[in-house]
Formats: sequence, structure tokens, C-alpha cells
Amino acid sequence: MSNPITEQTVTAAVEAALAAIGEAGDSASLKAARAAHAGESSPLALLNAAIRDLPGDQKAAAGKLVGQARGRVTQALAAAEERVLVAEERERLVAEAVDVTAVPSRWNRGARHPLSLLMEEMSDLFIAMGWEIGEGPELEHEWFNFDALNFDEDHPARAMQDTFFVEPAERHLVMRTHTSPVQIRSLLSRPLPVYVAAVGRVYRTDELDATHTPVFHQIEGIAIDKGLTMAHLRGTLEHLARAMFGEGAQIRLRPNYFPFTEPSAEMDVWQPNAKGGARWVEWGGCGMVNPNVLRSAGIDPDEYQGFAFGMGIERTLQFRNDMNDMRDMVEGDVRFSQQFGMVV
Amino acid sequence: MRVPISWLGEWTDLPEDVSLEHLHAALVKVGLEEEDTHGFPLTGPIVVGRVISAEPEPQSNGKTINWCQVEVGEAEPRGIVCGAHNFGPGDKVVVTLPGAVLPGPFPIAARKTYGHVSDGMIASARELGMGDEHDGILRLAELGLDPEPGTDAIALLGLDDAAVEVNVTPDRGYAFSIRGIAREYSHSTGAAFRDPAASIEAPPVSGYPLEIGDDAPVRGRAGCSVFSVRVVRGIDPTRPTPPWMASRLRLAGMRSVSLAVDISNYVMLELGAPNHTYDLAKVDAGGLVVRRAAQGEQLETLDGKQRTLDAADLVVADAQRVLGLAGVMGGAYSELGGDTRDVLIEAAIWDPVTVARSVRRHKLPSEAAKRYERGVDPTLAPLATARVAELLVELAGGTVDEGLGALYDASTPLPPVRLPLDRAAAVIGVPYTRDEVVGTLELIGATVEADGELLTVTPPSWRPDLVDDVSLVEEVARITGYDRIPAELPIAPAGRGLTRAQAARRRVAQTLAAAGSTEVLAYPFVADAVAERYEPGAASVRLANALDAQVSLLRRTLLPGLAEIAHRNLARGLTDLALFEIGAVFRPEVGVAYGTEFIPLGAERPGDDTLARLGAGIPPQARHVAGLFLGEALPKQPGAAAVPAGLGDALDAVRQVGFALGVDIRPAQGAHPALHPGRTAELRVGDRVVGVAGELLPALALESDLPRVVAVYELDLDVLVELGAYDRQATPIGTLPAATQDLSLVVDAQVPAGDVRDAVAEGAGELLEHIRLVDDYRGQGVQEGSKSLTFALRFRAADRTLTAAEATDAKLAGLARAAERFGATLRE
Repeated sequence: MSNPITEQTVTAAVEAALAAIGEAGDSASLKAARAAHAGESSPLALLNAAIRDLPGDQKAAAGKLVGQARGRVTQALAAAEERVLVAEERERLVAEAVDVTAVPSRWNRGARHPLSLLMEEMSDLFIAMGWEIGEGPELEHEWFNFDALNFDEDHPARAMQDTFFVEPAERHLVMRTHTSPVQIRSLLSRPLPVYVAAVGRVYRTDELDATHTPVFHQIEGIAIDKGLTMAHLRGTLEHLARAMFGEGAQIRLRPNYFPFTEPSAEMDVWQPNAKGGARWVEWGGCGMVNPNVLRSAGIDPDEYQGFAFGMGIERTLQFRNDMNDMRDMVEGDVRFSQQFGMVV
Repeated sequence: MRVPISWLGEWTDLPEDVSLEHLHAALVKVGLEEEDTHGFPLTGPIVVGRVISAEPEPQSNGKTINWCQVEVGEAEPRGIVCGAHNFGPGDKVVVTLPGAVLPGPFPIAARKTYGHVSDGMIASARELGMGDEHDGILRLAELGLDPEPGTDAIALLGLDDAAVEVNVTPDRGYAFSIRGIAREYSHSTGAAFRDPAASIEAPPVSGYPLEIGDDAPVRGRAGCSVFSVRVVRGIDPTRPTPPWMASRLRLAGMRSVSLAVDISNYVMLELGAPNHTYDLAKVDAGGLVVRRAAQGEQLETLDGKQRTLDAADLVVADAQRVLGLAGVMGGAYSELGGDTRDVLIEAAIWDPVTVARSVRRHKLPSEAAKRYERGVDPTLAPLATARVAELLVELAGGTVDEGLGALYDASTPLPPVRLPLDRAAAVIGVPYTRDEVVGTLELIGATVEADGELLTVTPPSWRPDLVDDVSLVEEVARITGYDRIPAELPIAPAGRGLTRAQAARRRVAQTLAAAGSTEVLAYPFVADAVAERYEPGAASVRLANALDAQVSLLRRTLLPGLAEIAHRNLARGLTDLALFEIGAVFRPEVGVAYGTEFIPLGAERPGDDTLARLGAGIPPQARHVAGLFLGEALPKQPGAAAVPAGLGDALDAVRQVGFALGVDIRPAQGAHPALHPGRTAELRVGDRVVGVAGELLPALALESDLPRVVAVYELDLDVLVELGAYDRQATPIGTLPAATQDLSLVVDAQVPAGDVRDAVAEGAGELLEHIRLVDDYRGQGVQEGSKSLTFALRFRAADRTLTAAEATDAKLAGLARAAERFGATLRE
């Protein structure tokens, strides 16, 4: 029996193996090449097994020859494996590409109502100044809505409030016509000094049209302390105006009348960034709290005084965000709120 | 208040180039806010013409026109076609020449008509914008005018005047007059002010019988404090109102009625003193009586309406009948007529409250009442009668009966107010000087006495609103200008931020919006039928004066509002909706009498008992959060089918609310009159019911014009906020390996899966970290009427790696609890 392990047979097996490995373009063909040329029944494996049967003096040389050959094949396999994996991963990534402009979404767009957002933004400014946010019922007793606020029962100002009354009317419940009852509730329930803002819904018997709605929202502020003056009122309003309308905002006060303040003023705000150019806009009413209001809460007006102000949230939103029609704010069309999302 | 420029200019000095803008700017500075402007929107040439000839020419259409030659101050007369017939040769008329524009706008041009070239138009009062009362051509002789042809008719008729309209606040009744506005214009600009009241001669008169009484004063105030009467005899009732007066009245917003009535109105507007004229012949010789009406007494007012009077109404009467409702409106019986020769003039000062209540009672607002409600200067009454008499003499040809008249005056001067000199500075924050304070108060007509640093200020008779120191301070600030007030930011003591509830409500809203719901703010008004559909038999608050009488209840639930808004969106083609609202609901309890029968006084703190009663009288008004889903929760997309919205979306929103508040809200099978009987979840936190979720009853959805499947939820947000977690203790996080196992068990199909899950979790004990229902199988292999539930369980121990056997033991313990409670068996 001749020695099957010759330079020639080994080289042939290695070359066949390297050729097959080199040709393998994917994991499957590489796996086949590995089985055929490095598996248990591969030529090199068979040659290796044959070493055992060789005479002792030939074993070492044959072993070296076959060992080196198997090493080359193993090396080639490893390199091919790396090459194939990289190529295959590349192909896979290409195949996995999607149109990112059309990936199915599992999220729907919701929105806050811009009136709510505006009320929160304004509230936050007062919170930042150390004020607190007061609350009260929307269906209110007349005393809180009128009498305590120095509205005489026969005064024309009371009739001008366009009040919704509740049956039976002789039980004196009304839909609050302003957030001002919260002033009295705050003064009655809190220790002095009081710095409170109130936001919320109010009601007047106005038919819905482009500039009126029977249900709307106000923000109200009251500050009662020792030594507060109308200058503090103006300072507070200007601070709020700048936060709402930008650094260039200013406040202008015009004499007016409200039963619950004396002196009273109508406030205009200079809106520096208004669409169509900077302008003065009527914003709300304000003044120094009438001593009778303090007396209604058991506060001595000779010791304490302060200021109050109020403005409509709808109106603010209208001129701040350039809205022409009040109806958009009340109809609940989702497109309206969704223009704003979470930011107003 | 509307203020004609020419009228204002009589009593103050206006600049040569006075404009409406200038007047508005000047008046707003002193608190008279701009409302509007008014004028006669016409331009010339509009001239006086004398009709030379008017030839009637019958037309084929049956009309007869007049072909007129009219002299208009030019070399040649103009030929004008006119369809009216109430004039003739010799009449002076108003001719609008080509190029003129009449109100409309109606431009005038020479035009061919009826076979002639009409070179202008002969105008009627209506066409000139002077009023709708008269139709035909305006004959200037009717106005007592006889000007030269060619005279500018615009100026002649006062049509070149214009008016500003300002808003007068309720505290300043005196400004409902030219007198008051001129005074304020003077305060604003420094221009001279001439008081129209100062130029009136008002000789004392007596002899007219008066009986002024009040056996039922309102709030302790007598109904009448001043009553002045004068008599003018022999007026010529055919005299026209002079054009300047008619023009001013019209610009001031009043119709021209007849000369005597116009004079009465003119004096009211000029002085701010309402007054009334009676046909003396119709008044009983026994004189006038002021008294409260007898209950049920009848009066036909000037507007032709029959009024049944209340015992609280104050009236002017004679021995025969009621002649007028005091301060509100006169009666038809004693009205001046076409044959009135002798006029009884009355001006009185009526109690504002009595007048205000009569206005409300009879729903009869009037120019006079508006002024009385706000307070009329009591010194004006005898001046007003004198001024009316003077004008009746001057314009109507009457003579004053100097021997007949009366003055009752029980008015009291306004009480003086004490004002520390430094008070204005302390309230306004401006360091006013002594001169500024005293000077301002004197300027507005007050009398000031100084005792060192303390001023004693007596308000002028027309300022009953100046009742305390701060009202005087306001005058100082107003007249010296609000623009002097500096800006200073007050420093508040440290605040506590938003309350827990306020912060929690915001988190709920933000969470729902982030998760895809859109916030809406519905009106809280519902119709009876709707309220009945959602909560049959429940008590609701009803508005006494709803805008729509059909929709007069206050909502007990947010759901109807959401349904209505959903419908509105659907109608606009928005078919996939996720809505939510946070708002108050009004949930009175049956049988509770809310409110109080009394209103405590203002300007004093009610006692604690009273405050408690007021508080107890307020119906419960919880804040709720509710949502609605319909259409598709997820639309069809490339590679993904549409997912219809349903109960799952509502329950997820409930979980989102719970998540935002830190409460575990659990559904249990429930029932609700407006919801699908098989698809309603009662929502609980522990044992407490906090709300409901479900699908609307399909029939209700259809009635509301909504699709069949509408999923909704509603939660009591106030209760949830109260139940929220605010002191949560952390548990350590186990890092040892977990053991996961599935458990499939079979139970009766009626047993809620959530209850089974809870039982398994309870039985599995502490080692169970997480449990989730992954399958509900019914069908082959599971007995009819049963179901197979599969739960995925995750176990973990804090101190050791669990063995499979330990996990299995725990799982079987869970099964055992489910078996014990619901008869569950392990699925083979």
C-alpha cells in the first residue's frame, strides 16, 4: 500500500477547498463548502485519518503536511465567514429599508384647548410672583357676585351685568357674571396679606356671535396688603402684559367706573407684535379695591388697601393670537384646538 | 350720550379745526369712553330753490309728474322733474344739484327722464336724512324759513353738524348732558366752560296747588325731593321746530316730535334735567299730586301701552287720574296735542331706586329714567322749568303765566367728606402737591375747607357719587391724568404654588391631550329631554332666563355636551374623534332648597352663621373629566389595518387619568341608563365608585346623529384628586433573575377575567411580580359555556434566584385561589 498523503494529493485537496470557499457567496454555500472541505468526510479529513495507518517514520511528515493544509483551509473559512456575514448584513439592511415618510403611526394628535392653555400660562406668571390661585363656584350666591362687591341691588351697574338667574329666583342664586366673587371668597378664607389670582368660567346673557358668548372665561387678580397703591397695580399689569405680549408691551389706564373699585380704570395694552402693526387694545378693567368690598370681608380699610383687575381670556386670545370669530372658541371643532396642540 | 359739536361749542371753547377724533381723544382722558360718531352723510351742492313754475304732465304709466322751473341763485332757472305734488310756484324748497350726494349714498346727476333733462332734484326731508316722519317735498316755509334762492341748504338746515357718542359710566349721571360733557371737556383740555344752568333766569313762582306725598318710601327714601311747576299760556301749536334744534336732537338720537316736546327734550339733553309738559287744559284744576300708585291702578303711557301699576310705583296724578309714571314716562291723556295752547311744565327730582324699580317692573327704559337712576342735580329742577318756559316763549309764541307755578324743595345738600391731604398720594402712588389736590377738587365744583392736613370737601350738587375719600381721590387722579401713575411691582409673600388639586387637574389634561384626545369646552346648558335621557328623574338646576327656553337646565354630566360637539365635528366631515372635557357639573340633591331667602347686606362681614348658610345654599358643583371616542382609533395605513374606536379607548383614557393622578381605577361590569347594557363599566377606586365608561346606547347615539359605536367615560375628578397618591413609599427593585410561566385555566364564561386575574395574583403571593391576561379562548377543547384564560406570570424573589419548582408552586397557589373562588380548573 502506497502512502496516499503526498504533496500532490494534499495540495489538490487544499486547492479544491480554497476554490470552493472562495466561490461561496452566502452562508449556505459557505456551510456546504465547510462540510465538503473541512467536514468529517472531506478529503483532508480522510487524509488526516489515513496518517494513523502510515508507517511510523512517515507519520510526522505526513502529519505536518496535512496539518498545515487544514490550517490554511480553516483560515480561509474564517475569512470567508467574515466576508459573507458582512455582505449578507449589508444586503439585509438594504432589504429592510422602509419609506420613513410612510411608517404606520400608532399615535393620534390630541390638543389642549387654547383657552385652557392661556389660563394656565397666565396663572403661572402669578404663581411665579408668589401669588396663589383662588377658586369658587360657577353657580354662586348673589351676595358674593354683587352685594359683597358693592353692587347695590338697585344700582344700574347690577342690571348692566346681564345676569343668568336660577329658579326659583327668590333664592338668590346666579351664574357668576365675573370671577370677582373669588375676591370675596379669598378675602374671607385667607390670612392677610392676600395676593390671589382666579381664573374660570363666567356667564352673561349675551347671544353667541363673532364677539360675544354667553359662557366665557376671565382671569381676576386681587392684592390686599399694607401700602399697596395704584402704582403697584400698574406694575403688576405691565409685568403680565410683557409676559403675554413681549418686552415692548405697555399698559395705559383710562378712568372708568366699577362698583368694586375706586378709583377704577379701563386698561389698554400696547401690543408691540400685533399682526398688522403695533397697537393699543382694550384689555380689561381694574382699580383700587373699594373700601366697601374690604368691609364685606371684615377687613379694616384704614389698615389695608389694595388693587384688583380682571380681563377676558377669550378677548385676550382673540387679539393675542389673531382670531376673528369667538364662535371658533366655543364650537369644539377639533381643528381649532389642534392648531395649537399643547402650546398657545 | 351723543354730543353734537355745535351744541358743545356753545358752552365751551372748541378749537377752530375741531374734529370728532379730537373730541373723542379729549373725552376719553377724563373717562368718557369712545363709542361712535354720527353725522348727516351728504355733500353738496344742495341749495335753496324757489319754484317758479310747476307744470303737471300726465304720463303713459298713469303717473303725473311736475315739470318745474326752479330758481337756484343762478342766471337761469333749472328745469327739474318732480313726482311729488305737495308744493307749487312760489314755494322755497331744497334743491340737490348734480354732483351732490344724499344719504344712501345716492349721487345726484342731470338725467333724462319723462322727456326732459332733469337738472337736479327737489328733496324731501326723508331724502335729506332729516327723518322719516314726513313724506313729500320739504317746503322751507314749514320750518319758518324764507331764505334767498341759492343759499347753502346744508348749513341752513344744520346738516353740517356731527356728533360724538361717548359711554357714560353709571356713577356719572351728570355727564348725560351737554352741560356735563362741556364741563368734562373743559377739565380735559383747560378750555373755558360756561355753565348753561348759570344763564337761566328762574324767578320764584307760586300759586299752583301741589300735594307731594309718599306713604311707602323705598328703602327709607322719599320718592320725590324736588318738584317745580311753571305755566306758559297761548303757544302756537302750529309753529315748527327750528332746523338747528331738530338737527341737534336728531344727532343726539331723539326724534323731532313737535316744537313743545322738542323743547322739553332739548332742555333735558342740555342740562341733564328731565322735565315733562302737560296740556294744562287736561289737568284737573285741583293741581298735581305725587303719590304711590294704588295697586292695579291703570295708566296709558305715551307709547300707547296700557300699564297696570304696582303699589310701589310712584306717580304724578291729579284728582281724576294718574298722569304719568314718575321719572319714567308720561301718560297719554295729558299729552300735548295739536290744539294745546297752555302748557304746564314740570321738572322733579325722583328717587333713583324708585325709578329703577319701575323701569324694571314695567320693562320701560327711557331717557328720563336713565338720568334719574344715575342721579340728577337737584338744583336743576326749577331751572329746567324756567328754561323750557323761556324757549316756549321764544320759539312757540307763548307767554309765561308769572302768577302761577310752584316749587317744592325737600332736597338736602350732599354731605361733606373728610379727606386727609396725603390720602391721594397713599392710594395712587403719585406725590400730589397740596395745590393739585385742592385745585382739582375745586375745579370739579367741590367746596374745599382745609384744617391743616385735613380737608373737608363738599361735593357739587351734581356729584352724588362723591361719597367717600377714595371717590375724591379718584377725581384727583382722573383730572391730573392716569398717565402720571408710575409702575411698581409689589412683592408678595412666598406662595405655595398651585394647589395639589390644581396641579393634578393640569396633569390629567396634559396626559389626555398627549395620548391623543382633544380638549373641548362645551356650554353647560342642556334640554330637559336630553337630561332625562342621561339621568332619568334626577334633579337639575334650571335657569330662570335661559337664552333658549328649550335649553334651560344646567348639566349634571359632561356627556351630552361631548355628544353635541362630536355631532358638530361629524357634520364638518371629521369622522374620527377623541374628545375630552374637564368642567363643572351641577348636581343638586332632590328636596334640598338651595340658595337663601335673604341677601345679607354689603359693606359688612356677615356673621359666621350667615356665611355658613350661604355656603350650604350653593348646589354641589363637582369637576368632572369625560371623554368620547368614535370612528377609527387608528386609520388604515400602509401595511396596517384600521382599528375602530371603542370601549377600549375609553378605558385606556380612564387609565391615563388614573396614571396622571396616581390612582388605580378599575372597571367592573356596570349599568347606566344611557349606555349599552353589555358594554358598561362601573369605575372604582377600591370600593368607591368614581365614574362610568361604556358605549352609548345605540339608539341614543342614533338620536344624537352619531354612529352606532360611541365610547365614552366620565369621572369625578374632585374625588379622584382626593384619592390620589401623594405619599408613595418606594419599594426596592429586585435585580435577581425572574422566572416566567404561563397559566391556562378554564372558568365559567360569565366570570369576569379581571376577577380571575385578581384571584390568581392574590393566591400566587409575594413572589408574583407581574400578571397579564394574554388569551381568552372559547371553542374546541373547551366545554360550552366555559372559557380558557391564559395569564403570563412573572415571578421574582428579592433574596434568591427562584427555582422552577418554586415558581410552579406559586402559580398553582394562584390557581387554587381561582378554583376556590370561581371553580377554575387547570386547562389540560
